[in-house]
Amino acid sequence: MLNTMTTPTAPVPHPGPMLTFPARILEIKEEAYAIATYQIAFESEAVRKTYRFRPGQFNMLYLPGIGEVPISMSSDPAESEVIGHTIRYAGNVTRAISRLQTGDVIGVRGPYGSYWPMERLIGDDLCIVTGGIGLAPLRPVIYHVLRHREQYGRVYLLYGARTPKDMLYTDEYEAWKQQGIQILLTVDRADPSWRGNVGVVPMLFYQLRLDPKKTAVLTCGPEIMIHFVIYEALARRISKERIYVSMERNMKCGVGLCGHCQFGPAFVCKEGPVFAYAAIEPFFGVEEF
Amino acid sequence: MPELTPTIGAFVSIEKGRLQNVMDALKAAGYTLVGPTLDEGAIVYDEIEGVADLPRGWTDRQEPASYRLQRREDDAYFGYVVGPHSWKKFLLPPRRTLMRVVKKEGAFVVVDEEEPAPRYAFIGVRGCEMQAIHIQDRVFLGGPYQDPGYRARRQQAFVLAVNCTEPGGTCFCASMGTGPEVGLGYDLALTELDDIFIVEIGSELGATMMRETDWRPAGAFELQQARDALAEARRNMGRQLDTTDLPNLLYKNLEHARWDQVADRCLSCGNCTMVCPTCFCQDVLDVSDLKGETFERVWVWDSCFSIDYSHVHGGNIRPHTRARYRQWLTHKFASWIDQFGVIGCVGCGRCITWCPVGIDVTEEIDAIRGEV
Ligand SMILES: Cc1cc2nc3c(=O)[nH]c(=O)nc-3n(C[C@H](O)[C@H](O)[C@H](O)COP(=O)(O)OP(=O)(O)OC[C@H]3O[C@@H](n4cnc5c(N)ncnc54)[C@H](O)[C@@H]3O)c2cc1C
Ligand code: SF4
Ligand code: SF4
Repeated sequence: MLNTMTTPTAPVPHPGPMLTFPARILEIKEEAYAIATYQIAFESEAVRKTYRFRPGQFNMLYLPGIGEVPISMSSDPAESEVIGHTIRYAGNVTRAISRLQTGDVIGVRGPYGSYWPMERLIGDDLCIVTGGIGLAPLRPVIYHVLRHREQYGRVYLLYGARTPKDMLYTDEYEAWKQQGIQILLTVDRADPSWRGNVGVVPMLFYQLRLDPKKTAVLTCGPEIMIHFVIYEALARRISKERIYVSMERNMKCGVGLCGHCQFGPAFVCKEGPVFAYAAIEPFFGVEEF
Repeated sequence: MPELTPTIGAFVSIEKGRLQNVMDALKAAGYTLVGPTLDEGAIVYDEIEGVADLPRGWTDRQEPASYRLQRREDDAYFGYVVGPHSWKKFLLPPRRTLMRVVKKEGAFVVVDEEEPAPRYAFIGVRGCEMQAIHIQDRVFLGGPYQDPGYRARRQQAFVLAVNCTEPGGTCFCASMGTGPEVGLGYDLALTELDDIFIVEIGSELGATMMRETDWRPAGAFELQQARDALAEARRNMGRQLDTTDLPNLLYKNLEHARWDQVADRCLSCGNCTMVCPTCFCQDVLDVSDLKGETFERVWVWDSCFSIDYSHVHGGNIRPHTRARYRQWLTHKFASWIDQFGVIGCVGCGRCITWCPVGIDVTEEIDAIRGEV
């Protein structure tokens, strides 16, 4: 046991799990106000060739002298030589990332954490419910579904943003629809161009007729939104085991050594970020837990 | 030299002064000795040269929020219990560089920066502390990701343990099953009697270190004396704790009124986490040189009571003391079991002694148990 240093998905055997690997920014695409997607590739060919991730996992992105933050992969897991990260400029580190340009080098280590159980969901209808930046860790799910469309039944994307301008990946929706993903959008505040729904994401459930025995819910977003998503899903008799939630907690290491991301019995970086709701039910919603 | 090297599992007895021979053998083998010594009114763990540096003839009086040194009537070498330090200070130093990054032509190079690990001989590891080391082994070496620095220091540490015959006022190791007798994992274990030490040989290495020491097989009477002293110690614990079904008890009482009451007293100072031998939470600091060319990432001890610990963008998960204390206590006594397969408390009593307001974990748990 003393010599196993990597999980099956980690890049290369490594003397220290906290050591970062330089990676170059190949492309930056503005997605919305203060949100952009960074396409990056490891400098080392060996790392680039061995690195694999699954939908829902995250990397730790590092800027020398500034800090390190957990960010989900938002790109197609089948093409892991170039990795996409969609980042919202929130505070210290992410704002420093906003000042970077194509060609700059950052540190990257990963992949870490649990993932959306795409194999277990084969044959199911998928109901992806998300708000704001929460779509980023679910986009790999959509890419996976598109590549294996015949393996899944009906697929719904329920997505909400503050305003139409805050919606991510809008230029891809048409292609997703054409391949049989039903997209329902909503905004908190409409603008003159908006013809769609106005209101919170969980309300979109009322426009669907789900088969509770076949449907799995995959959700990521603000905790308050997740709360109501769970409520609506349970009300439709979808079982706790088939509601998957991605959680967010402060993380300093991503590998279970810093303690910060504890959520009761779980380390969000190891057992999470993706949990079956059944596993966290006793603790989810306990105030300040 | 079979007659000079005792066998593993053997109990031998040595004149007390001969302990210096064992220490000399350790030093000759390249070990840095660390052990209890007097410093600024407390018994701390620091580098020592030999028996002369031990707090011989001293004892400590410990109560909630109170620690006092006192002269003993005898000149026992180990007549005290544990102080504010624990061995995590050496296995997991409070500040460690984890990597260095050097900027070079628009990119950077990563330098693996764990310093070579010192070879420590820990002198005077108590039962609770031995278990605390095993617990941190599980944290840092038991999972898929391991701390290489911890591993290096731990693998080459020599453990000279000491059985406790006089528990302190805040000790409850007997309740936690970690003392007063040291469990497995030591190289040598001492029991101090009036004029001899009984030494149990725990490992090959331990046996080797006894070679230069004048020892003889322990006599039946001496062994009985040692057993009696330990049984007596077990009866004299300053505190006790009913550990029945703790995870369920705590998980079912996450909204108990007691959390509010303890939050009225708790200062959120984090002392309890600093002195606790099993607490392992860490933060990472980013440090740069003045020219902005080399950067370091530094591990430092952190505490679940610190303000930024649970920070996520837009606020803290646990802004209130109630939630922080609840996190700390439920982690130690409940979720630790889910995470690492062992309870996170060894009953050393440090958090009780060193809490400035004297909050006592055993009392808090009793209160939660009593009112359900
Ligand atoms: C598993 C996981 C996946 C994530 N995926 C994405 C993503 O795909 N895109 C995205 O934009 N954001 C994502 N986040 C959130 C992102 O990590 C935070 O926005 C970021 O850490 C903020 O850091 P900062 O220095 O800019 O902000 P500050 O507020 O200055 O934060 C200071 C420090 O607190 C910690 N911190 C702050 N907020 C968070 C947070 N929400 N989660 C964890 N640690 C935090 C970090 O250690 C950070 O360095 C994810 C978080 C987690 C836990
Ligand atoms: S919780 Fe308190 S008594 Fe238990 S090991 Fe930590 S410091 Fe010792
Ligand atoms: S319990 Fe005591 S030592 Fe711990 S944070 Fe509160 S006041 Fe400080």
